[in-house]
Amino acid sequence: MGTARLAPVSTITAQGLRKRYGAVHAVDGIDLSVERGTVLGLLGPNGAGKTTTVRILTTLLRPDAGQASVLGLDVVRDARELMRRIGVSGQYAAVDENLTGFENLEMVGRLYHLGVRRARTRADELLERFGLTEAARRPVRGYSGGMRRRLDLAGALVAEPEVLFLDEPTTGLDPRSRLGMWDVIGELVRSGTTVLLTTQYLEEADQLADTIAVIDHGRVIAQGTADELKSQVGGERVAVTVGRAEEVATARDVLRPLVAGEVGVEEHTRTLTAPVTGGTGALVAVLRALGDAGVDVLDAGIRRPTLDDVFLTLTGHEAESAPQEAGA
Amino acid sequence: MTPIVQALADGWTVTRRNLITIKRVPDLLVGSIVSPIMFVLLFAYVFGGSIALPGASELDPALYREFLIAGIFAQTVIFGATITGSGMAQDLKKGIIDRFRSLPMAPSAVLVGRTGADVVNNVLTVVIMSLTGLVVGWRINSSVGEALLGYVLLLFFAYCISWLMAYVGLLVRTPEVFNNAVFIVIFPLTFIANTFVPSQNLPGVLRTFAEWNPVSSVTQAARELFGNVLPGTPDPTTWPLQNPVLYTVLWGVALLVVFVPLTVRQYQRAAAR
Repeated sequence: MGTARLAPVSTITAQGLRKRYGAVHAVDGIDLSVERGTVLGLLGPNGAGKTTTVRILTTLLRPDAGQASVLGLDVVRDARELMRRIGVSGQYAAVDENLTGFENLEMVGRLYHLGVRRARTRADELLERFGLTEAARRPVRGYSGGMRRRLDLAGALVAEPEVLFLDEPTTGLDPRSRLGMWDVIGELVRSGTTVLLTTQYLEEADQLADTIAVIDHGRVIAQGTADELKSQVGGERVAVTVGRAEEVATARDVLRPLVAGEVGVEEHTRTLTAPVTGGTGALVAVLRALGDAGVDVLDAGIRRPTLDDVFLTLTGHEAESAPQEAGA
Repeated sequence: MTPIVQALADGWTVTRRNLITIKRVPDLLVGSIVSPIMFVLLFAYVFGGSIALPGASELDPALYREFLIAGIFAQTVIFGATITGSGMAQDLKKGIIDRFRSLPMAPSAVLVGRTGADVVNNVLTVVIMSLTGLVVGWRINSSVGEALLGYVLLLFFAYCISWLMAYVGLLVRTPEVFNNAVFIVIFPLTFIANTFVPSQNLPGVLRTFAEWNPVSSVTQAARELFGNVLPGTPDPTTWPLQNPVLYTVLWGVALLVVFVPLTVRQYQRAAAR
């Protein structure tokens, strides 16, 4: 407490943040630290507390307890000053449908007090940068979902913020628009902006974030780089899909002595996964044993753990559903 | 810039945004133009021959139209003020309030801008109604100054009501629920008054309610200021209707004193969920 540490300067820090709605602890003691010029991905399912955390860090919501600062400014005490220096883009594209793209950005510029002339040139610059110049004079009503998101993100960038908060920037977008958003965000990061983004998509966190904080029930349950998180659930795994449902139990018995941990079973896809050591050698051994037992193998392979594996392992959702399957 | 100037500038920026909306969404404009014309014609010709006015010896549709106009003005500008509430609920629902809240702007600006734009909408409505009134035979029988004061009073009262509406809109959060909720209140408020029938014609409790209803006083004030009080009408017996301008202003100021701070606080709270 109060002791100077020789650590890289954090642009975003949070300590023991809590926020309760009635009996629900939306945020239940969150600690975060984001270094300058890096991207932190807050990864978690719906209702995990991601949006609440972002709202606290962007001064929109007062925490019940804990402290947070961004750019050295306290999110409660220095809220007004902080608003000038951060950009926020929300979960739902917060743009006015009846205004044109240009009018939306010009209004935001004016409300940042850039002055009328600067607000207009800035609006044009951003529309150009986000490929919206052609649509600039049309009411947003006629924009696609991807265009609205880009306009909303442009709104967050009007005042050239040093720190950007993106709450589920691609939720609800089609795959093409999502890739487009990833490009745009990637470009911002390369230009040195510090970003905190929330996502439900593991792939997105893997793609965009330097560090990932997995949150569930208002708590950070794991934090690290994508690779560090993957190593937490072990190394390589063998995945085998068998031909008939009644062969699953046999296959599990065959696999058990050959692998380095629990055998996971996904009944409806008839797929078994288990951590192994020895890579392809282990795969060959597994296949030979299954062949000897007369099990019909449709598909088999070695794969690195995905963030899905990490997430399911950490949140315990897999553990919750596994006993049910075992009991059935 | 001083905070006050800043707040006004921000308020103006949001007003512009809302005025653009009025221009871009023709439904709103049709509502503001067509419904007042319809109301004037409907009341003038449907009720005109059936409502007895004290002081008039017989049922006279022309006299009723003279009496009616101030009432219909009052009702319509109050309806116009409800747009403020549904607009706030709409903005909240669509997340635009979140965008505003993330900007370093005056917290009052969104409300100042919304209520301000709705006054412009009401001015438009009043102009249309006045023209329709002139067509059906209504005339201003007073001075320009008095008539202007009458208009200003109507618009001021509606402005004060729109802060109350903004508060309810922020509380309710969905435009549909807001519209249903508000009409349950607005209809009795504008009908149990001297808007369409003289309050003397109402039975006991309703009459008392009508005599103290600020909708009656704003109507009475406009009627007097337009010179539309029929000769031979008995003098009002209750204080509010004897001093309609003062009573209306008192109500307006009271509404602002209560609802401006309450609504700004509710705005910050509603947006912070």
